[in-house]
Amino acid sequence: MTRILCPLLVGLVVITSLAITLTRHQSRKLFVELQALEQRHDAMNDEWGRLQLEQATLGTHGRIEERARSALNMTMPSVTDVIIVTD
Amino acid sequence: MVRRLSFDGRRRFVVSAFVVGAALLVWRAVYLQLSETDVLQGHGADRYLRTVELPAHRGTITDRHNEPLAVSTPVSSVGVIPSKLTQVRGRWPALARALGISGQELSAFVQSRLERRFVLLRRHVPPELAEEVMRLDIDGVELRQEVHRYYPAGEVTAHCVGFTDIDDNGQEGIELAYDEHLRGVSGSKRVIQDLNGHVVENVESVRAPQPGRDLALSIDKRIQYVAYRELKAAVREHQARAGSMVVLDTQTGEVLAAVNQPSYNPNNRKQLRAGYFRNRALTDTFEPGSTIKPFTIASALESGAIGVKTMIDTGPGTLRVGRHTVRDLHDYGLLDATGIISKSSNVGITKIAISLEPGQLWRMLAGLGFGAATGSGFPGEAVGRLQHYAAWRTIDNATLGFGYGLSVTALQLASAYLAFANDGMVLPVSLTRLPERHTGRRVMSRSSAQTVRGMLEAAVRQGTGALARITGYRVAGKTGTVHKLARGGGYAEDRYVSLFAGMIPASQPRLIAVTMIDEPARGEHFGGQVAAPVFARVMRDATRLLDIPPDDIAPLLPQNEQFLTRVHTADLPPVIRP
Repeated sequence: MTRILCPLLVGLVVITSLAITLTRHQSRKLFVELQALEQRHDAMNDEWGRLQLEQATLGTHGRIEERARSALNMTMPSVTDVIIVTD
Repeated sequence: MVRRLSFDGRRRFVVSAFVVGAALLVWRAVYLQLSETDVLQGHGADRYLRTVELPAHRGTITDRHNEPLAVSTPVSSVGVIPSKLTQVRGRWPALARALGISGQELSAFVQSRLERRFVLLRRHVPPELAEEVMRLDIDGVELRQEVHRYYPAGEVTAHCVGFTDIDDNGQEGIELAYDEHLRGVSGSKRVIQDLNGHVVENVESVRAPQPGRDLALSIDKRIQYVAYRELKAAVREHQARAGSMVVLDTQTGEVLAAVNQPSYNPNNRKQLRAGYFRNRALTDTFEPGSTIKPFTIASALESGAIGVKTMIDTGPGTLRVGRHTVRDLHDYGLLDATGIISKSSNVGITKIAISLEPGQLWRMLAGLGFGAATGSGFPGEAVGRLQHYAAWRTIDNATLGFGYGLSVTALQLASAYLAFANDGMVLPVSLTRLPERHTGRRVMSRSSAQTVRGMLEAAVRQGTGALARITGYRVAGKTGTVHKLARGGGYAEDRYVSLFAGMIPASQPRLIAVTMIDEPARGEHFGGQVAAPVFARVMRDATRLLDIPPDDIAPLLPQNEQFLTRVHTADLPPVIRP
């Protein structure tokens, strides 16, 4: 009985210890990958924030109004220029 | 014979000494290995394992159309390790020059913090500067990532949005009121570091950072901008001390714009003077004056004290109530309620007010929300003052009738006008975008509200509010010109608050706006001269931006060209651009 059980248990111990090492290694690898992805996510988030800010700064109403009036020579249509279409 | 020397005893002594020594070492090793493993491993880990804090992103504040009003982006801060920096004194001048500080300042800073492991020397530096400092490659100088809050709309939304301090805590406005909502929960992770403190490997995540939630305000950035532009121009034109304007959506009670003068740039608060950051539209109260008269009329109509056609004699333009005399600008003679509103007759309104039972007017004003918080949740919001009628004297009923003896904020006044716009229903106002419409609360009957709205329309068509007219739209509104309280008591003769409260289009109001100009100093001071034109200019743009169809298209049709030219040149105020 013991003659069979002993080597069996020893074998199991060897197998589980190898498995632990393997999963441990895998979890490390996956964590590193997760970190890399998270870093990318953060970087993209930062970029998104910066782009939003840039867009908001470029799109400031005051700036657009100023550009429209001076650079593009646009004016607000006066009431006389508006034709109302009714049915 | 030579005596044989025996070294037995000596040998035994040495051997046993070795054995005892070895046994001690073995015992010590076993002891350390077995009973003190945890402590020692901990000490070891301390040399290379570090728990690093992961900052959480603060939520973005946007307007109702998701345009960003406050955004957090990462920036670098320059920090130093004093113990290392002292080894390289030769590089200090270069570092000081890069950071724009004097050598003495840097040396004083470092010398006073020698015992610290790490200190931030200069926070939130521009990316180029951070790169420059890193290029110097000085031992003991490091960059730390922090977040900085930017306000792309700047002074236009400064008062509503508020600001945060350098550590990203809300300090003013919505940033303070919704700090819990916006704030994230920072996380942490364990890393392996080398001797110089560089991260070699990420070991595990202890706690993932939870980013703060975003928040959408009820503000419409476009209308906010238009209101800000026109208010600023008006305050400058009249050399006024201050000014506020509030625009409400009548259907939801949402605040579409709330602007104030003077304002400040939240991105650069160095020159900030006390009082500049007050959101006056919500925190400062004033006596509402004639803008209260429509409520007195509504109250009288409700109680049956007057009818629409009741004529009241306002001659000779003065009226004694107790020890006080109420005056009109002119003797208006016989007036009906519409006449009293459009001429803004103090005598007429006083006669109506004193005929009312005191509780009547008080219930109306209290029901409209005067003297109580609006529920906007804004930090520092004022509740105003409305004394209970049990404490009134006769004169109080009269003065209250034309808007003295109570104080209100611009937001409260605008929210009270919701009653006229919504056929007698008021709604709670909101500074944040509402997912669904609140149910209203009735404060006057549908017919009274509509009748008074008609009177307000007359006040703009042919009365004191003529400068609030907008071609193509029917406008209803009321002007107010209020003497400010003098410092020594009583009212100041030459200091005024100019007011206009109005709604558009009068056939079915969509927008309500209240304009308040504090102490116009250029001679003109009547609400109809100072505040009403601001209303017209803002609403002309707002109706276009919100696609509100004109409800008075006759003057816009081609066949009326003659009439149209006349209106255009004669009646519209000249447009003044900042």
